[in-house]
Amino acid sequence: MIELLPEREPQVVRKTDGVPAADMACGKASAAGSVSQRACVFCGSRVVLYPICDALHIVHGPIGCAAYTWDIRGALSSGPQLHRNSFSTDLQEMDVIFGGEKKLEAGLLELITHYKPKAAFIYSTCIVGLIGDDVSAVCRRVAEKTGIPVLPVHSEGFKGTKKDGYRAACEALYKLVGTGDTTGIGPHSINILGEFNLAGETWILRDYYKRLGIEVVACITGDSRIEDIRRCHGARLNLVQCSGSMTHLAKMLERDHGIPFKRVSYFGIEDMSAALYEAAKYFSDDPTIMSRAQELVREEIATIYPELQRYKQKLIGKKAAIYVGGAFKAFSLVRALRLLGMETAVVGSQTGDMEDYRQLQEISDPGTIIVDDSNPLELAKFCLEKDVDLFIGGVKERPIAYKLGIGFCDHNHERKEPLAGFIGMLNFAKEVYASVASPVWQFAPRRANRVKEATTA
Amino acid sequence: MTAIPIVRGRWPGDEDSGATAGPGLITPPPMETDEPRSKNFSSTRNACKLCTPLGACLVFRGIEGCIPFLHGSQGCSTYIRRYLISHFREPMDIASSNFHEESAIFGGSANFQTGMMNVLRQYQPQLIGAATTCLAETIGEDMPRLLLDLREKHREGVTAPIVTVSTASYRGTHIDGFHAAVKALVEQLGQAGKKTGAVNLFPGMVSASDLRHLKEILTDFGLNYTLLPDYSETMDGETWSQYEKLQSGGTPLAAIAATGSAAASIEFGRTLADTETAGTSLQMKFNVARLLAGLPIGIRETDAFFALLAALSGREMPVKYSRERGRLVDSLIDGHKYVFEKRAVVYGEEDLVVGLASFLCEIGVTPVLCASGGRSRLFEKALREAAPSLPAETLVKEGFDFAEISELAPSLKPDFLIGSSKGYQTARSLGVPLVRVGFPIHDRIGGQRVLHVGYRGAQELHDRIVNALLEVKQDDSDVGYAYL
Repeated sequence: MIELLPEREPQVVRKTDGVPAADMACGKASAAGSVSQRACVFCGSRVVLYPICDALHIVHGPIGCAAYTWDIRGALSSGPQLHRNSFSTDLQEMDVIFGGEKKLEAGLLELITHYKPKAAFIYSTCIVGLIGDDVSAVCRRVAEKTGIPVLPVHSEGFKGTKKDGYRAACEALYKLVGTGDTTGIGPHSINILGEFNLAGETWILRDYYKRLGIEVVACITGDSRIEDIRRCHGARLNLVQCSGSMTHLAKMLERDHGIPFKRVSYFGIEDMSAALYEAAKYFSDDPTIMSRAQELVREEIATIYPELQRYKQKLIGKKAAIYVGGAFKAFSLVRALRLLGMETAVVGSQTGDMEDYRQLQEISDPGTIIVDDSNPLELAKFCLEKDVDLFIGGVKERPIAYKLGIGFCDHNHERKEPLAGFIGMLNFAKEVYASVASPVWQFAPRRANRVKEATTA
Repeated sequence: MTAIPIVRGRWPGDEDSGATAGPGLITPPPMETDEPRSKNFSSTRNACKLCTPLGACLVFRGIEGCIPFLHGSQGCSTYIRRYLISHFREPMDIASSNFHEESAIFGGSANFQTGMMNVLRQYQPQLIGAATTCLAETIGEDMPRLLLDLREKHREGVTAPIVTVSTASYRGTHIDGFHAAVKALVEQLGQAGKKTGAVNLFPGMVSASDLRHLKEILTDFGLNYTLLPDYSETMDGETWSQYEKLQSGGTPLAAIAATGSAAASIEFGRTLADTETAGTSLQMKFNVARLLAGLPIGIRETDAFFALLAALSGREMPVKYSRERGRLVDSLIDGHKYVFEKRAVVYGEEDLVVGLASFLCEIGVTPVLCASGGRSRLFEKALREAAPSLPAETLVKEGFDFAEISELAPSLKPDFLIGSSKGYQTARSLGVPLVRVGFPIHDRIGGQRVLHVGYRGAQELHDRIVNALLEVKQDDSDVGYAYL
């Protein structure tokens, strides 16, 4: 029997009919000892900046943080592959005693000379501040010597949560913004924020906007170049997908450059279409954009619809649990599952805020369990209680599902299948179908026992 | 006794039973600085090592009912979980004290206590394995002191023993963390007792299949044993009918207690000769003979291990294994022409590389580069002892990373690489096959089931190496014979 820790109870709600959405506790540090699925501040910064492919990313600290983040994201580049390396100052005991500044400076100069990046990001890990390294000073010196932006990322693991890491990444990015030449950027131009080109998703989206006649100045940070980021303040509208990570940057762009932003999602047919219409509506001075958007949506849906229906036949009535990093993605997943005839019985995120959870409750079916910053025991408990057929999550959630004989769909940043866009919806359906409909579950003890019980009853 | 091909070790009663030094031990080379690279990079580029707490966490999950607990930031436990799960494809719960800014300033005692009590409550573990991180070590957290505080405050609430180990990630690699955790377990849980004929086996960081095979071998020799750690079931288990908070299996606590009354400890790892380990600790404290042996990969190293077991058990090698050895030799002959003078780049943990290189030399493959991120300072010596026919020109590199391997490899013209999946990019750029062994294997299924040790392990390695080379030959052929 799995019980919730008392201090975790406020972070779990069950949607009930007729009762107004309860306020959920969220946005706080994980309970010590709770085996949270979250990582740390460093992780937040690292995942956001990782896809910038012509930058040098060096992790300042002992080896672990760099080793565990070597080439783990599915973020593709159409050009340089520098981001897929793992550079670390690999601090040793003597560095901890005498400080790591010299090693950092020497390392940066060597790496910049050798790899010729367009900028360098220096991620501070837990111990950097404690051993008294002045990373900003090193960055200034190296920038002077090399002539490229050398940007400190204040991502000490213990100084907050993953969200603070997102913020630190936005702060580092913002130092680049406004330093590039915006000449030639047209009136119907956007930036896509919080889209990371996992399995080439950015390319799918860029193609859609191109077909609409909308210019994408920068995708931050999927397949991005330092030069794009420097001139992104020339765009007229920001579309923020991963809002948890990038709203801070969007707000700074709005404050200083007057660029409005809108939250969008590219997952699922409804949200993908809405995202295109959102931009088309904004650029209503050219009504052909909207008509092209409508045409695109019609075409794309017509292409995938027959096959989607085939999967829906097999998936209808199945139940799912969702546990992802950002809550905004969870909304899209609830809707995408519904399109496949599936019900979401458990939904949660690592970093959602109050408003996110309120919205989640609104769109969820009665009885749905909504959870913030969960852990393996709780997730297992909820999956068993709701008897789900599918779990959507990341690597750490996968074994929980499999051990209990539950199908699994990887919707994390390591994925190698594009799940965004219309084609992404089809891939998503395929992946869900491939797991839920597999014949292997008949041998999983939980399922096998159930069949046995049913036949003997 | 002297006939036993022990690599290095001593029996109780040997003269000068000082810790680890055995006969013929060479003086380690002078201390290197922290900057051993002659090359142009003082940074590590694509490390061929992981951080110290990872090894400790894996060890703790090899103990029955034990949950690892990291005293540090939340990220450490999450990253290590993700890394281990991707290899083993099993749940890997690691608790964290989840340091905050206040913890770093005022000490992590409050978070440590909350974390411990939450873990005890949620998991009802038989044991908590608490390892430190670079953060805890840098602010000078005193683990014994934290435990005292915890016990004082919560008394009967602390329902399980807690073992602590210091694993600062700026000191050593994951392998050092692994050995340190094994040492901590026997030091903190091992008990004195009437001497038995039992044997302790400290296998080092091997696969789940390796652990199962080692247990089978020990059982077939009729030995009572403690295998520490044993994640053969916890990290390669069955699908459940009921949720298991901590996967079943692992070394029982009673077996760890019994390590103090065993007759001998066998410890795998030639590069551990100068290290204080579980073996040296038990030798000092309880007079349990420490027998240091090479990781039994390939024929000679496995022969040595079996001879050791024969001596300890007073039995001959069971027929089952002499047959396995016989079949292995037979297949080496079948395959010899395909591998002779093929050139291999071998990388990974030092003792794994020593074992692999030893086996490769036995079958006529030339290791052209032996590289490790570890820095035992005994790597080359261990290699040359285990593989006497290793060519003098073979490059042996400690403290190496994958960027350096990639830079050296083209001029060495290897026919294949052998090591973890992290060498894939190098192999791909060279256009040669990668034979995946060791840890981590993140790009194939079944990493936990790769068998390396014993004659059976050598058989598996041999067949995979030969077939990888045959596949290249076949794929490169214009004709494409289906008959080779």
